[in-house]
Amino acid sequence: MALKSFHGGVHPPEYKELTEDKSLEVMPLPAEIFVPLGQHLGKPANSLVKKGEYVRRGQVLAESSGFISAPVHSPASGKFVKMLKGPVVGGTTADILLIKPGEPDPPKEGEEGAPVDSSPMLLEPYRLEMVSGEQIIERVREAGIVGQGGAAFPTAVKLSPPPDKPIDWMIINAAECEPYLTRDYRLMLERTDDLIDGILLIGKALGETVNLGIGIENNKPEAIQALREGVVRRAVQIEVFELKTKYPQGGEKMLIDAALGRKVPPGALPMEVGCVIQNVGTALAIRDAVLGGEVPATATLTVSGLGINEPRNLQVPIGTPLREVIAYCGGANEKARRVVVGGPMMGFAAYSLDAPVVKATSGILVLTEEELKAPPETACVNCGKCAEACPVNLLPFRLLKLAKAGRWEDTRDLGIEVCMECGTCAFTCPAHKPLVQYLRLGKKNVRNLPRKES
Amino acid sequence: MADESSVVDGAKKGVALKAVSEGNLELVTSPHSHFGWTTSRIMWTVTIALLPSLGAGIFYFGPLALVPVIGAIVGAVGCEWVVGRINKKADTVPDGSAFLTGLLLGLILPPGFSPLHAVLGGVVAVGLGKAVFGGLGDNIFNPALVGRAFLQASFPAGMTDWSTAVTRVDAVSQATPLGLFKFGEPSQFLGDITTSKLLLGNVGGCIGETSSLAIIVGAAILLVTRVAHWRIMGSMLLGGVVFSGAFSLLGVGPGPLFDILSGGFLFGAVFMATDYVTSPNTTRGQYVFGAGIALLTILIRRFGGLPEGVMYSILLMNAAVPLINRVTRPRIFGATS
Repeated sequence: MALKSFHGGVHPPEYKELTEDKSLEVMPLPAEIFVPLGQHLGKPANSLVKKGEYVRRGQVLAESSGFISAPVHSPASGKFVKMLKGPVVGGTTADILLIKPGEPDPPKEGEEGAPVDSSPMLLEPYRLEMVSGEQIIERVREAGIVGQGGAAFPTAVKLSPPPDKPIDWMIINAAECEPYLTRDYRLMLERTDDLIDGILLIGKALGETVNLGIGIENNKPEAIQALREGVVRRAVQIEVFELKTKYPQGGEKMLIDAALGRKVPPGALPMEVGCVIQNVGTALAIRDAVLGGEVPATATLTVSGLGINEPRNLQVPIGTPLREVIAYCGGANEKARRVVVGGPMMGFAAYSLDAPVVKATSGILVLTEEELKAPPETACVNCGKCAEACPVNLLPFRLLKLAKAGRWEDTRDLGIEVCMECGTCAFTCPAHKPLVQYLRLGKKNVRNLPRKES
Repeated sequence: MADESSVVDGAKKGVALKAVSEGNLELVTSPHSHFGWTTSRIMWTVTIALLPSLGAGIFYFGPLALVPVIGAIVGAVGCEWVVGRINKKADTVPDGSAFLTGLLLGLILPPGFSPLHAVLGGVVAVGLGKAVFGGLGDNIFNPALVGRAFLQASFPAGMTDWSTAVTRVDAVSQATPLGLFKFGEPSQFLGDITTSKLLLGNVGGCIGETSSLAIIVGAAILLVTRVAHWRIMGSMLLGGVVFSGAFSLLGVGPGPLFDILSGGFLFGAVFMATDYVTSPNTTRGQYVFGAGIALLTILIRRFGGLPEGVMYSILLMNAAVPLINRVTRPRIFGATS
């Protein structure tokens, strides 16, 4: 049987062997943690804490500031030192809460009052059989859970589709098509039952009639096996889709096309074709919040690349600076040249190692020349390899030339807004053109254009 | 650019990377991975794929057949270098594209062609075929074919003289099969040109075009290395079979096998029509392009004044590429129109 897949795409070198057999480890708290107020797509949260205040793990540090926003909780018990402007990944600087984890100061001689509680703040756990859909969505909102797939979209919003968009499929995106990253793989192996709980909870939140599935690339046979066995053991209805290993199989549109043969129209969300997609990490965060009463305090991520001495899969406290994580993994070797947060295809190059790990951080890669393969740019020879590989059938070479010429209307007419910046085009380009850079520039300028009369 | 020392220092101190807030990490847009190809690698791969054809030419026409090939390469590379100096741009000679143009041109010249004229052809191929349009990637017409068209117009006698080379070819005189077919006696033609001779190259013709087998080996190299896709080659060959076959069913022409194995059909399909720059870059456009070349070639061979028509067919279809690209634009994912 032909494996489920989509049109176009590429096969980047996987490098998964660096970490795929390494069990998840918990990284200890660093001396200082830096918690950004904006860890999600949408408006940053509003800070609620006072300078010098003692905060407990799980305590709300900042509240959600709108419908598309999410609250931020303290990843550790400790002293809130101050708010500062600091570097963040994928941006410049942002408001960050500096927390010094530790026990509260003992009450001074002669001072009144009970000793300060340093235990984690937990929410009331629900039971899987008893919890209602509304309770799940409210808990997800309260816990500030955001999508782990990259965009960090507030999950509660995704679980509340408008009534005119009926949902009949919820699929967990376990493709993990980005090279290097193995955290979803490890989570699937090590927390299979929790993941199934998470899937059932999401299904409940979306309504009893929704079909449940999980899409896994066929380069992870053990994970496919574990899930299939888990589904049988628990006697639940979850379809395990075995997908062809091809980048970007984990793009929402590609995943839905591969699993169900439905094509999300340009500019539309998956709900347009009756689908909701959630990530493995998101499903587990939902499970932990609903059944365990815990809010996200760590990010599960893969530290890898040929430039890091000890590649690992880690649970890192949110707010840990990148440098601390790299140090914990034995430091970087002399070949290290670029630090990338996320996967190599869509991740951001870090300009400062002071930038902290956030809720949606999926990987920290220390890459070398050997992996980057970045010779100088040469002339475009119109080979069309970018167009052949583009999973949404754009003509990247054409868009590059139009964007360089500032012809934004023309880039819009050629569909530039459909581009998801997956990097497939630039990966294939023998002329090493900075295609994604110009596609982003084009998209930004198209957004600023006056609306097209129709 | 990254200051690697900061990274190294950090590792030595056991605290990973030292402070980099001053911005000494490499900051580049994603993706942070690459297939590993370069333009020059593609050019040199095509060059290697041409070596069997060059070898076959030398085998059948003798070592002197190298002379016009070298002439064309000297002209093409020399012109590329001079244009680069005039434009004060980075030296583009090492990318291999000018060398390839010269080699391609050399291989579609008669074995005894004047080396000086070949140099001139190489200069015109790169100068008028490529440089005036803005260099590699911006030219409309296949540069090697522009060079050949120029030589055909300027030195028609030399371009159709197949007898001057020292040769192993044992066919009647050294006339090309297509020439024999067009201008000779059909009975004589049918007796002497066998399919096996066409396949091996034991017939008169251009240096690189004579051996179909060598071209097929070259095609295999291009396909296996994925430098060229089968779409253009395949549609041109299929088009040749269909159009030539249709005419031969009507009693016109020698039939598909002869048409494909003789003259420049195979060489054009494998090495000329597949030129990235001057062929469509949409999937459907590539089918249209290959089939269009085949149709024009067969029409010229059957009804034109020339025995051969591959060169003009490719040049004509080159001109149609922008139009083909436009009408064959792929439908965006999920779009209904």
